Amino acid sequence: MKEFFNKYVTLRKHNARIAWKKAKRAKMCYAFLAPYAILFAMFFIFPVVASIYFSFTYYNILERPRFIGLQNYISLVLEDDIFLTSIKNTFMIAIITGPLGYIMSFLFAWLINELPRWVRSVAVIVFYAPSIAGNCYVIFSVFFRGDAYGYVNALLMNMGIIDAPILWLINPTYMLPICMLVILWMSLGTGFLSFVAGLQGVDKSQFEAGYMDGIKNRWQELWYITLPNMKPMLMFGAVMSITQAFGVCDVTMALCGYPSTDYAARTIVTHLFDYGYSRFEMGYACAIATVLFLIMILCNKAIQALLRRVGT
Amino acid sequence: MSKNKAKKEATEKEYRKPLIKRRKPNRSIAGDIALYLFLTLVAFVMAFPIIYAVSSALKPLDELFKFPPTIFAQHPTTDNFSDLFITMGKSWVTFSRYLFNTVFITAVGTAGHLIIASMGAFVLAKYEFPGAQGFFKVVTVAMMFTGYATAIPNYIILNKLGWIDTYWAIIIPAFASPMGFFLMKQFMEGLPTSLIEAAKIDGANEWKVFSGIVMPNVKPAWMTLIIFSVQALWNNKASTYIYSEERKTLVYALQQIQAGGIARTGQGAAVLVVVMIVPIIIFVFSESQILETMASSGLKD
Repeated sequence: MKEFFNKYVTLRKHNARIAWKKAKRAKMCYAFLAPYAILFAMFFIFPVVASIYFSFTYYNILERPRFIGLQNYISLVLEDDIFLTSIKNTFMIAIITGPLGYIMSFLFAWLINELPRWVRSVAVIVFYAPSIAGNCYVIFSVFFRGDAYGYVNALLMNMGIIDAPILWLINPTYMLPICMLVILWMSLGTGFLSFVAGLQGVDKSQFEAGYMDGIKNRWQELWYITLPNMKPMLMFGAVMSITQAFGVCDVTMALCGYPSTDYAARTIVTHLFDYGYSRFEMGYACAIATVLFLIMILCNKAIQALLRRVGT
Repeated sequence: MSKNKAKKEATEKEYRKPLIKRRKPNRSIAGDIALYLFLTLVAFVMAFPIIYAVSSALKPLDELFKFPPTIFAQHPTTDNFSDLFITMGKSWVTFSRYLFNTVFITAVGTAGHLIIASMGAFVLAKYEFPGAQGFFKVVTVAMMFTGYATAIPNYIILNKLGWIDTYWAIIIPAFASPMGFFLMKQFMEGLPTSLIEAAKIDGANEWKVFSGIVMPNVKPAWMTLIIFSVQALWNNKASTYIYSEERKTLVYALQQIQAGGIARTGQGAAVLVVVMIVPIIIFVFSESQILETMASSGLKD
């Protein structure tokens, strides 16, 4: 009995020592993670919490925030017509450029996948360059200039399709479509790179096996072999696309002005800037930010649920 | 002997040939040609604005306003660039100061991000400790919303810290970018654990393992973090966080020139080139490493 007890004690001691060692090692881990974790919490987690908190207050930086309940949200929905315009515009842009950009990213990654190596790397540079070309998109304002010297106007007038120049970037009818065009031009971004890399990583022997099993054309190959293998990249690409699609503001601000005519190119983010940085109504701006945040997270979750069914 | 070998190789080649053809049973030549044509066309459309921007920067003034416009500059000059330097040189804050601001912000922000994110990613990828999984999940959620959604509280925080109107307002938040952290962690997971264990047996401590073994082995991921960070910081206008003219970034100053209207068209084009050339060049030189990193970028649930 005593022997058994002694054994039990040594075992417990041993376990305790292991646990202590583990904790010690973990301490090291925490020390390594700490710098990133602290900064991340400070600039990514805390702002979300703060944003939700401030959205229930009236806050103009100078005075202390004053709690006003749901007033900000009520004003957003009931009184702020421009916010509703911005929601409409953002959704229009997101619904068209998000999925289209995503599909384009995958399609081109897939099409260039079988090209010879050096052609492929040139193609990747050509397709990816617009998304990292800084504010190169302002060149589109030259193409779409409103007078007869704008190339698009000149071209259409020479061809006799229109007889007077169109104010592309001032006329609300054309503003959004042009912005969408530019956004699509820039949409082969990080997701595209992820797709290119992922397609290269698909195990070739799976295709061999697929041919044995009677896969007939590239579409079947795509659906039954390539796509299921690409699922993690598809998820990643989707996150990138959605985040980009809802965060549109630079392009619309640069091309259509800020504020744009009739607010026809106003997006949620530009509305946020307006209230945050121009009017310093931080509480109200935070309410806008919270709405944007919720839209993005919900959209991502929904799309991920959808993507889980690919290839099944 | 060697004859035999050659013969063997020949037969093997004979054997290999149909196998390669069989690998793509459904690819017709017509389809391939159509594909090439389509890709060339799209590539041209994608590249056109950039080519146009570069060639406008090289055009002398009279050519800039020529109609119909020429795609390539007929008499390329670097006048626009030198004009740009002259204009900026006479400005209140000199060009070199703007350039320094942007280079400083980009270099420090990128270096810090690389070190801090790699340290965190290393322990998350290679060790198990309570809270690790949860933390990583939060980081992936953070990739799902843009920085714009947190811009206002960030401004308030930076204001409280007293960092508004300093470089740190741009640099420090850039350290914590979730994207680089995510990619680094995913890439480090591919490192063989035995490598780390072997180093530990040799008596290296965690920091030595990290700096001596892990970091040299994840160089492709470095390049990826660098390009994402540089791209974000180089293009950062920072107009909301920095007010003092002498601390403003190059992009901000250059946009003032672009806003100068028709008279500054040539210089505006030069500006575009200056701004876009840096990220694109880095990408061109590090493409294969970036693709290597992106291969592990997938989001698993």
